[in-house]
Amino acid sequence: MDLSLKIWRQARANEEGEFKTYQAKNVSPEASFLEMLDEVNEELNATGEDPIAFEHDCREGICGACGVMINGSPHGPQSGTATCQLHMRKFEDGDSITIEPWRATAFPVLKDLIVDRAPFDRIMEAGGYISVNTGAAPDANIIAVPKWSAESAMDAASCIGCAACVAACPNSAANLFTAAKTQHLNLLPQGKPERYLRAAAMVETMEQYFGSCTNYGECEKACPKNISIDFIAMMNKDYVRAQFFNMARQGQK
Amino acid sequence: MTTTTRAEVEARQGWRSWLGGFFSSSVGLKWLMALTGFGLLLYVLVHMIGNLKVFLGTDAAGEYHIDLYGEALRNLGGDLVPHESILWLFRIGLLALFGIHIYAAWVLTLRNRSARGKERYEHKRNYEAVNYANRTMRWGGVLVLLFVLFHIADLTVGWANPDFVEGAVHDNLVASLSQPIVAIFYLAAQVALAFHIYHGAWSLWQSLGIVNPRYKAFRRYFAVAFAATVFIGNTAIIVAVWSGYIS
Ligand code: FES
Repeated sequence: MDLSLKIWRQARANEEGEFKTYQAKNVSPEASFLEMLDEVNEELNATGEDPIAFEHDCREGICGACGVMINGSPHGPQSGTATCQLHMRKFEDGDSITIEPWRATAFPVLKDLIVDRAPFDRIMEAGGYISVNTGAAPDANIIAVPKWSAESAMDAASCIGCAACVAACPNSAANLFTAAKTQHLNLLPQGKPERYLRAAAMVETMEQYFGSCTNYGECEKACPKNISIDFIAMMNKDYVRAQFFNMARQGQK
Repeated sequence: MTTTTRAEVEARQGWRSWLGGFFSSSVGLKWLMALTGFGLLLYVLVHMIGNLKVFLGTDAAGEYHIDLYGEALRNLGGDLVPHESILWLFRIGLLALFGIHIYAAWVLTLRNRSARGKERYEHKRNYEAVNYANRTMRWGGVLVLLFVLFHIADLTVGWANPDFVEGAVHDNLVASLSQPIVAIFYLAAQVALAFHIYHGAWSLWQSLGIVNPRYKAFRRYFAVAFAATVFIGNTAIIVAVWSGYIS
């Protein structure tokens, strides 16, 4: 099939960008969206034009690198799918497709479709980990994990950090990301000791870069992993509770 | 901008930790919005139920029930307290609820604007969850505020109502709402209020972090029922007066 692509081109950060239109000819419906872009880039290479820069890594929907806005939908029209897992059979011959980078103050465009998602790293540094002693591997199953919390934590842990939630949000809020990253630890016994400090540190770091949640629910629809906004409510609760608990000084003189 | 470390969180002490951390954070402000919103919901419901007394007409002595109800409100606490004092306590409380609710909305709106930046998507965003109710929270809220101001000027202090007589609730109401312009404005405000409540009464559970799967479905029912109840009760009064059923 033949497609016309309208793509954001920007040579580097802090430079003016513009939309350019490219024709993709003979695209196989079996091709993935990124493979289609690869083919366009081959042609650009042949003509000496700078290829379209887009981020990608695993191409199997687990790394979160590949997010772009496709015709006004984060990761394109298929729900629960990352861009790399989107296939061209979802489009019709003759379609025109607009491809844009994520837009948010916290995510400046670095080049073409690539944005700087470093604020997510700041949030993770603030508390997206657990503290354990190193040494010999502990016995398996030595800590009992209830089935419900394992399930729930796994759903939260499926977040790949692609930032579609921020891109989808009319407030550019990162609450779904931060909720997933706090709750997948807070729901498990191993994450419990640092639960409230984690919630406070990660929420407040998030708020230095992103907007606030107005409960639209767009993030949930955009999420390639279908993560529920229920986790946002859980994070809100943990953040409120963090104001009452201060584990560091309990019972201390 | 930097990372807020866990050591910083841990080091906080005393009331400053609330003002600096919680009440200036967006999650904290949304929490306040949800709590004050809940208070305002209760107020709106009680206000609507009380006003339905207008349908009861007059008692044996020829006094309007709603006038007696108004006097009872002014006389809350009876002879134990100065006249109208309890009512004023309620009014101050209400004002505080409104003030906090609007302050939080204001601060958060500004933050969201700057977080979103100037760049817009070229292709029209394909929204899937955004609906009329949640998209109009801000401007609908402003409309509700303007209505409340007019409503107070109209029926509480009487500035906007030339026929106003202090204490004659029934007559004031009729004098005001039998003017089509006023009745239409009141109806429009009820529509805005219903949408505002529909999103607010669901959203507040989310902001407060109440998401227990056992009650989750109830949040949506609650929002629909609340918005519908308030809307039907209030519009019934407006329509009844406007159409001349109550005069
Ligand atoms: S390239 Fe890894 S998720 Fe798409």
